Amino acid sequence: MLEKFLQTLMDGLAVGSLYALIALGYTMVYGILKFINFAHSDIFVLGAWLSYSMAIMAGLSMQSAVPVAPWIFAALGAVTVLAAVMQAWDRAGYDRVPAAWRGRLPTPGLGGTLTIVSLWGWSSVGLAFAARMIATGAAESSAWRTVAGGVILLAAMSTCGLIGFCVERTAYKPLRKAPRLNVLITAIGVSLLLQNLGQLDWMFGTRPQGMPRLLPDVTLAQFAGSETVPPVKLHLIDVVGAGTAVVLMVALDILVFRTKLGRAMRAVSYNDRNAALMGIPVDKVISFTFVLGAALAAAAGFLYAQKYPGLGQTASATWVLLGLKAFIAAVVGGIGNIRGAMLGGLLIGSAEMFARAYQSPSVADIYVFGILIVVLLFKPTGILGTNAQEKV
Amino acid sequence: MLLVKDLVVSYGAVKALHGISLEVRQGEVVTLIGCNGAGKSTTLRAISGLIRARAGTVEFEGKPIHRTAPHEIVRLGIAQSPEGRGIFANMTVEENLELGAYTRSDPEAIASDREWALSLFPRLRERFRQNAGTLSGGEQQMLAIARALLTKPRLLLLDEPSLGLAPQVVQTIFKIIRDINAAGTTILLVEQNAHMALKVAHRAYVLEVGVIKMQGPAAELAASDEVRKAYLGMH
Repeated sequence: MLEKFLQTLMDGLAVGSLYALIALGYTMVYGILKFINFAHSDIFVLGAWLSYSMAIMAGLSMQSAVPVAPWIFAALGAVTVLAAVMQAWDRAGYDRVPAAWRGRLPTPGLGGTLTIVSLWGWSSVGLAFAARMIATGAAESSAWRTVAGGVILLAAMSTCGLIGFCVERTAYKPLRKAPRLNVLITAIGVSLLLQNLGQLDWMFGTRPQGMPRLLPDVTLAQFAGSETVPPVKLHLIDVVGAGTAVVLMVALDILVFRTKLGRAMRAVSYNDRNAALMGIPVDKVISFTFVLGAALAAAAGFLYAQKYPGLGQTASATWVLLGLKAFIAAVVGGIGNIRGAMLGGLLIGSAEMFARAYQSPSVADIYVFGILIVVLLFKPTGILGTNAQEKV
Repeated sequence: MLLVKDLVVSYGAVKALHGISLEVRQGEVVTLIGCNGAGKSTTLRAISGLIRARAGTVEFEGKPIHRTAPHEIVRLGIAQSPEGRGIFANMTVEENLELGAYTRSDPEAIASDREWALSLFPRLRERFRQNAGTLSGGEQQMLAIARALLTKPRLLLLDEPSLGLAPQVVQTIFKIIRDINAAGTTILLVEQNAHMALKVAHRAYVLEVGVIKMQGPAAELAASDEVRKAYLGMH
């Protein structure tokens, strides 16, 4: 009995920490912009698929390595050229145009943003190539495989961070002063866009794929067990997965509650207008929040793919349900509250795993949604949520 | 120092300011008085860049700032203690003050400015580690002003510092406003409490539904019949 309980608890914490990582992105964006970023779970899916693509590219699977898609270079090249042109425009062009025309032409400032985007894109590609070099340099060594996996994790985080940045700049920022419903609908649109882009042949395709294992399948410890009772196994992947998640969450907590940048994030979240009066660049802080959330979701995607290597196509219902559970975790913990998201993730993950183990996998989601209903009935702001009064 | 020319601001189709002009000179306390809805807060928001002017210009120390982002305007040396105080109630007094110093990086200068601000408002020192949301209205107002001072402004914009405060606290706040001005900070003060505002200010503007109705030395306005009737409650 105890064995089964411990095993379930471990599974619950392992899955729960991944939910928590995704829930953080929902909760941070809600805290600052007061809308639910429905495209967030798709960033998680992209994180998983990008990890897969980079692992294949690096030759870490039984399949032979595939060449990097040329369109990535074409797209990045185009952005780089455009960045250079816009930089020149910002420096010299704008001032020379007659004032009457200026309203129709791009205002200065885009060049800097595009330069950031192109440099960021190239460094993500660079990380992916580093993973490839490490992998080819030490084909058979499992330790080096793991190192290559770590680099892929970073590359996926960086790429998804860039995607999050671009989504915020192009889809949400123009709607900063629009009613929240408009932004919400836009978020659903972005979500559909990302899901369906991912199914294209030149992206990830519609066939399910198997993520190569980057960690050796080692059982770290094994407790008890007899002929009738299966032993409790502590897998390396669970420890590394939960460990990475915990490290990231602790780092985030320190960032938000102990640093100047984190203080600025909390100030913007409380009241962006008054934050601007402190000299805080509000738009930059918002961008940073999106990037941070997207990077954490990508990490969750990578870790999830390591634990459950069968990746369904990007629009598959499995992904949608995972994203939904992470969102529930954020709401249960108290939306807008960072520590609440962590707690909610662990709670939802454990509830799901216990229901699976002790009743049946098919009813597990009833408990997840049941928790949501109970929490909403008795503490609508979530476990750690506080009642934020709308101020005029 | 600050020159506002023909400023027009509208919220949607409703014009809040119909082209107002005003000037604040180095070292002055200038007050902008008027009733609810006259456009006083709108004027300050436009100066700080929180809302964009439909037309007109704002110049600070000779440079146009009406197209500048609000956080850049703070760096140029204009701080605002906003309407309703705008403190961050989810953070401590200490954190609020640290946010005031967000644009600055010299820890020693910040520490000495913080000491100065705390010596102006000793109550804040007692509440230093307390959550700002638990402060009384007067203490929150003190925090809002102290926090604005920590941006090291050359021009301080104060939006209704007396609003909702007990008369004695109002006296204290206005005395401190004088002290801040004496220490070299220029002040633009927006007030409904015309009586107190005209006492501290050197010059004054009277704003009525988006138009400057009167302007001149504060003492002169305080003595004028029109102001006495409309704003000082004397007949």
